[in-house]
Amino acid sequence: MNSDDSLLGEHRVRRRDFVAVALVGVLPSVVTGTGKEQTTNENSCSLSITVNGQAHQLEVDTRVTLLDFLREHLHLTGTKKGCDHGQCGACTVLVNGRRINSCLSLAVMNDGSKVVTIEGLGSGDNLHPMQAAFVEHDGLQCGYCTPGQICSAVALLEEAKAGAPSAVTKRDASIGTVELTDDEIRERMSGNICRCGAYVGIVAAIRAASQGERA
Amino acid sequence: MKPFTYVRVKTVHEAIYERAKSPEARYIGGGTNLLDLMKMGVETPTHLIDINALPLAKIEELDGGVRIGALVSNTDAANHPLIRERYPVLSEAIVAGASQQLRNMATIGGNLLQRTRCYYFYDPSFTQCNKRQPGTGCAAQSGISRIHAILGESAECIATNPSDMSVALSALDATVQVTGEHGNRSIPIHEFHRLPGRNPEADNTLRPGELITSVDLPAISYAKRSHYLKVRDRASYAFALVSVAAIIDLDEKATIREARIALGGVAHKPWRANKAEKALLGHEMKPERLRMAAEQELKAARPQRDNAFKIELAKRTMIRALMTAAKQEAA
Repeated sequence: MNSDDSLLGEHRVRRRDFVAVALVGVLPSVVTGTGKEQTTNENSCSLSITVNGQAHQLEVDTRVTLLDFLREHLHLTGTKKGCDHGQCGACTVLVNGRRINSCLSLAVMNDGSKVVTIEGLGSGDNLHPMQAAFVEHDGLQCGYCTPGQICSAVALLEEAKAGAPSAVTKRDASIGTVELTDDEIRERMSGNICRCGAYVGIVAAIRAASQGERA
Repeated sequence: MKPFTYVRVKTVHEAIYERAKSPEARYIGGGTNLLDLMKMGVETPTHLIDINALPLAKIEELDGGVRIGALVSNTDAANHPLIRERYPVLSEAIVAGASQQLRNMATIGGNLLQRTRCYYFYDPSFTQCNKRQPGTGCAAQSGISRIHAILGESAECIATNPSDMSVALSALDATVQVTGEHGNRSIPIHEFHRLPGRNPEADNTLRPGELITSVDLPAISYAKRSHYLKVRDRASYAFALVSVAAIIDLDEKATIREARIALGGVAHKPWRANKAEKALLGHEMKPERLRMAAEQELKAARPQRDNAFKIELAKRTMIRALMTAAKQEAA
């Protein structure tokens, strides 16, 4: 349902699709969600990108952020738009294994990248261990920040395992695995804000997931 | 966001050529600050040159010191064994800044070019800002000035530089290597950022189109005896109200042979505390002496309406940073 025809032909238009159609309407160079290319202009650029294991090759408007690309073009709406300024962390995804704020990266800057979003970690009955830990430990209330929290937490475990220091890591700690104390978890998760204040559950979930991983 | 064209370049030559095409072109590395400013309407480039594929992402030894490529991410610089071993104050300063997500994206060159977080600069709905629009005035001076400068400000601008990394680079006497249409230049870090004076629109001394290629750190035998202390409104993920990078060389009797001190959050550039450094030379590491040195440095401080607290805060932060640095092993 991504062209004007389908919009006219349907009575029930979901808000998500309506937004996508509206976006295509004002930006004629932008591809549709199905990857079909429309007319191109000088303000668009080619993009090859793999998202959750699926390769996409298309032309996008240069202004589209990775966040908007995921949500409005691929309809992967698990990744949330909170502040859109890199201050809240709701848009956190993994790019080439590293967590980033997808709102502060242009889609075209991610040419050749492998992106993993919350949808790529797990869903339904097949949850990623970090997702299961968030459920188990009540690491959420309204859930809006949760996909970003979970993507961030998944990367956090890898970073600590690789010995990356944080602002609370003791200097003389040898360059080995960093032990994830609650202080370490809080510091390393400070880029993900939760307005419901589910932090106690979030820290418990990450602690449990890190211990489960070690066991 | 205003429409813009975009190109990915593979060589430094290509980058400079693209940049020379238009004064409204910009290089983009991590993009964490530039893209945000574009969303705000503060930056309105018509052409973006993506430099991420340039071969400038290496950290290597250099004449006893270390060269950090301009495209090394903040994360990789802070994690690198050469930096953690030889210049721990730089690693500490980097991880004190931003969030892990942002540090993964942000580059060393881009961090040097971060623009001020003065609210009146960042939001074009304020019509007065000499930095954004020369000659319009300074809304900060009649506004909320809690985060603003106490040293080196001008009648035209009271903004501060937000970078933590640059404060450590100042204490380390780093050199910024740049290249442009007219060749290469080496810019000492103290000449790279500038005070606002009459033309606050210029944050630094880069010439139009110049590209940062690396940041070079000199060999400093005692650089491990150092500390970066950042004071802010919350424990993590906030800009500094005041920060201090301190590096200190002590002899066996705890007499100060040399001190390198830089302050963040207090001026339009990282503030090298030359007066305090001089006041410490040849003296024992005693609290009274440290206090005296801090007093000397902050004598010139002039508070804005809302930030007189920064003067005492800067003194205490300097003293504590020096005390903590002195406790670190020298080698």
